[in-house]
Amino acid sequence: MQNNAYDIIIIGGGVVGSMIARFLSRYELKLLLIEKETDLCMGASSANTAIIHAGYDPLPGSLKAKLNVRGNAMFEQLSQELGFAFERSGDMVVAIGEEEWPNLLALYEMGKQNGVPDMRLFDADEVKRREPKINPSAIGALWAGTTGIVDPFQATIATAENAVMNGATVLFNTSFEDFIIEDGQIKGIKTNRGYFRARWIINVAGIYADAVMHLANSNPDFKITPRRGEYYVFDPADVQINNVLFPVPSAKGKGILVTTTVHGNTIAGPNAQIIADKEDTATTAEGMQEVLEGAQKLVPGINPRFTIATFAGLRAMGNAPCKTPGVDYHADFLIEIAPEIHGLINVAGIESPGLSASPAIAEYVVELLKDAGENLKEKSDFNPIRPARPRFRTMSHAERQALVQTDPAYARVICRCENITEAEIVREIHAPIPATTYDAIKRRTWLGTGRCQGGFDMPLVTQILARELGISELEVSKRGDGSRFLFRRSKDIQEGDHEA
Amino acid sequence: MKHNYDVVVIGAGPAGLASAIEAKKAGAEKVLVIERDREPGGILLQCIHNGFGLHTFKEDLPGPAYAQRFIDEARALGIDFMLDTMVMEITPERLLWLSSARKGYFSIDAKAIVLAMGCRERTRPQIRIPGMRPAGVFTAGTAQRWVNVQGFMPGKRFVILGSGDIGMIMARRLTLEGARVESVLEVQSYLSGLMRNYVQCLEDWNVPLHLRHTVKRVIGKNRVEAVEAVAVDEKWQFVPGTERIIPCDTLLLSVGLIPENELSKKAGILLSAVTGGPVVDQNFQTNFPGIFAAGNVVHVYDLVDYVSEAGNQAGHGAALFANGTLAKPQKSIKVNAGKNVRYVVPQFLDPQALKDEAIVLQCRVTQPIEEDVWFEVRSESQSIVRRSDRYARPGEMVSVKLTPSMFDDVLKAGELFLDIYAKSEA
Amino acid sequence: MEEKNFICTACPMGCKLIVRLDGNEVVQVLGHRCRRGENYGAQEATTPKRMLATTVRARGGLHPLLPVYTSAEVPKAKMQEILAILRDVDITCPVKMGDVILKDIADTGVDILASRDL
Repeated sequence: MQNNAYDIIIIGGGVVGSMIARFLSRYELKLLLIEKETDLCMGASSANTAIIHAGYDPLPGSLKAKLNVRGNAMFEQLSQELGFAFERSGDMVVAIGEEEWPNLLALYEMGKQNGVPDMRLFDADEVKRREPKINPSAIGALWAGTTGIVDPFQATIATAENAVMNGATVLFNTSFEDFIIEDGQIKGIKTNRGYFRARWIINVAGIYADAVMHLANSNPDFKITPRRGEYYVFDPADVQINNVLFPVPSAKGKGILVTTTVHGNTIAGPNAQIIADKEDTATTAEGMQEVLEGAQKLVPGINPRFTIATFAGLRAMGNAPCKTPGVDYHADFLIEIAPEIHGLINVAGIESPGLSASPAIAEYVVELLKDAGENLKEKSDFNPIRPARPRFRTMSHAERQALVQTDPAYARVICRCENITEAEIVREIHAPIPATTYDAIKRRTWLGTGRCQGGFDMPLVTQILARELGISELEVSKRGDGSRFLFRRSKDIQEGDHEA
Repeated sequence: MKHNYDVVVIGAGPAGLASAIEAKKAGAEKVLVIERDREPGGILLQCIHNGFGLHTFKEDLPGPAYAQRFIDEARALGIDFMLDTMVMEITPERLLWLSSARKGYFSIDAKAIVLAMGCRERTRPQIRIPGMRPAGVFTAGTAQRWVNVQGFMPGKRFVILGSGDIGMIMARRLTLEGARVESVLEVQSYLSGLMRNYVQCLEDWNVPLHLRHTVKRVIGKNRVEAVEAVAVDEKWQFVPGTERIIPCDTLLLSVGLIPENELSKKAGILLSAVTGGPVVDQNFQTNFPGIFAAGNVVHVYDLVDYVSEAGNQAGHGAALFANGTLAKPQKSIKVNAGKNVRYVVPQFLDPQALKDEAIVLQCRVTQPIEEDVWFEVRSESQSIVRRSDRYARPGEMVSVKLTPSMFDDVLKAGELFLDIYAKSEA
Repeated sequence: MEEKNFICTACPMGCKLIVRLDGNEVVQVLGHRCRRGENYGAQEATTPKRMLATTVRARGGLHPLLPVYTSAEVPKAKMQEILAILRDVDITCPVKMGDVILKDIADTGVDILASRDL
């Protein structure tokens, strides 16, 4: 079993787990990241607004505020090193009606206290000049120039891939079941795929992080409440806005915003519903109506006819108290070396701005390990660069002509709406972290996300996955074995099929 | 690599094949058909059921046989095909950028282009069905390709949303292949598709149809486990208390078709907000001279025979344009959707064209009328022609013919209007 | 006297037909608006027939299935029998459109034809 011994095991393959793996892969450590699903980025990291927040929103003094502002500043370099899409777009928090102005000013003040650079107040004319489709009742806005937009799938996957390039191991379909505790110290974990030993376990289990730490009797009062958010994605041909647009926040949170994405779509959302079931990512008729009305408050011209996708995600809202003296706040990030037991680091309650803070969280975890006396030695051959793979859809004619010379399969278009080619799909299947399901291909290439929602490409991608993985088309799935597309071959009718 | 063609047709479905054949016959020398699939035929190849060709060939053919006749004729005429090739971009100057695994990435020039990209299916988000996002929600056409061409069954137990023809035809097809179809739900109070398909695809195989019903919610984390069906009122609002869970592993959607016009849009071709297709004149020419459009790319047809007819017209126009003999428009009259009409194609016509040849106006009725009706074309001031029928249904296209005898009336008109109304209202 | 109800499919009109039968004898067809409708009703009440289109397994072609159809309408009552026979058919390509895949299927006098080249 010596192959199953690691220095550090990370539980959870969301963006934070991937960032931690990548930041730790710089050091002489044997790293394992386990993920219960078939791919990275299948929880909260996959369903959010894809915004790198400036940091004017979290309460001054909170860990959220500190790590948000720091994380935001790290994205330029990271996106260049790791080859994922990131744009410093800036954002506007738009006050609709005079009564919202005081809250907007309060937000501006919070931003200053949090150390957010490049903030300005715009008058109504400036807001309308920058966003002609804005609600005509807009009276002004808070502008934050450091706000960015990112592809959260790429950000997660490219980051983990770089960790793997630097020696880390990633295991899918591997779910944490319990800790191995010997002499009051954590020595490893038990999973559905056997035991893995390690000196440190980093709990980044997202919505389940509370259950994980409770198995080590850590923070018994800590509880994660799933908060569901629902979203619309609109066809770029029908809805074009220029900015990341927020409403003025209320007691309920940041509110329903309208934003552009790095892929050119407009998205709107999220609402916030407290729910009981940690697997319930269903959209609801009422929720979608709420989101629509929220979006139309900012951009009245948004019409649900322009929808090309809807989705819902869960945010892991925790109840950790802020550790800064005098700050009365009980939903802060919980990032700590577990005080109760040796060998556990908890990274929990990571809701928004979790994506924005993710690299700063990883940096913070590295510091925690150093503080705990870990002698982290940098690798001499650490390679921070993970080159982006070619993307046919964004290329000029000349670039495409050059690209297809390298592999003719770059000229076979499989996804007609988003122009994703066979070679791009094949390369993702054989990448350092292989894509083995339809959704895994979709997350990496943006295939199937357009107007036809995969209607055209799905039978073709099924063929390609089967061929490249050496499996039957019957075994190809959307996101794992329970979600296969096909049941049997036509003609092979079995007894009892009619009764099903 | 630079090729030059007289007429380039985008799409080798029924509209494209007919366009290419007619273009060649009308004197275009070099005619090319570009097709993204590995073989010509388009969606007809997966429509293995009968019912095609009753007008064109006076025979009841399955889709592939209907396509094969055109394919054979096109090959015999020496029309070029580029298969497994995607058109990435077209320009108003009629330059086409193509991508092909065999031939690479390159551009070609055409004297005339016929757009024949067909249509695509509406999807779940477009009709906004809430719930989870498991595997097992497919459009009827995607399932049809799997079952009839690639040879796989995408489920055992189906619910079909929408009584469009593809949905009903798939209900029968799946039953014949040993699956169970629990129900077909239709949000309207009437059938979307043809009555013949209701009888032969649903009634014959004991598949229940529920009018004024829809899916309220999809249930299942990884694979569909059930759908929640609900009755709706006249305004499509859910009727409380009528919810019913139907266990199934697959939800098929047959909820409408949309002309596929991404290329047209990118090129700046003027599209109609109602049809989703290019605005065309009586030759099926778009607002860009030399770019024509035919078939479902213009508006969604009910019968393939009419798609082929449209292909003939567009192909003919394209050949004349390529040879420099297409008459230049003298005057352009707008053709409006009038009373109870959703749209009319063509949207513009040149009255001069009516001197020599009839012009057929095609339209769709908005609300069904189940009694004797008038289809009437008029100007602002006078009726020009009207014909009667026993009903008007949204599922069936309506044609009204303008003939050379009406030339004077049309020439006088500032605009034309097409109305559909019950005789009893007249 | 027995009465059966049908929707006529002789044309798209969809007339509601009532057929009165005495045993297997058609006594009267009501609700039709044309001769074709009357014939349809009589046929439907006694020996309903349909065209059948389906697929058979194929080897060596571009696709694993060949679409096929009946050369004429076949009795509805024989549908399951015909489908069962076709389920066991396995043809080898090349095939041309119109090739006879099976003659006189299930003693109907109707042939099974290839719908396309493969």
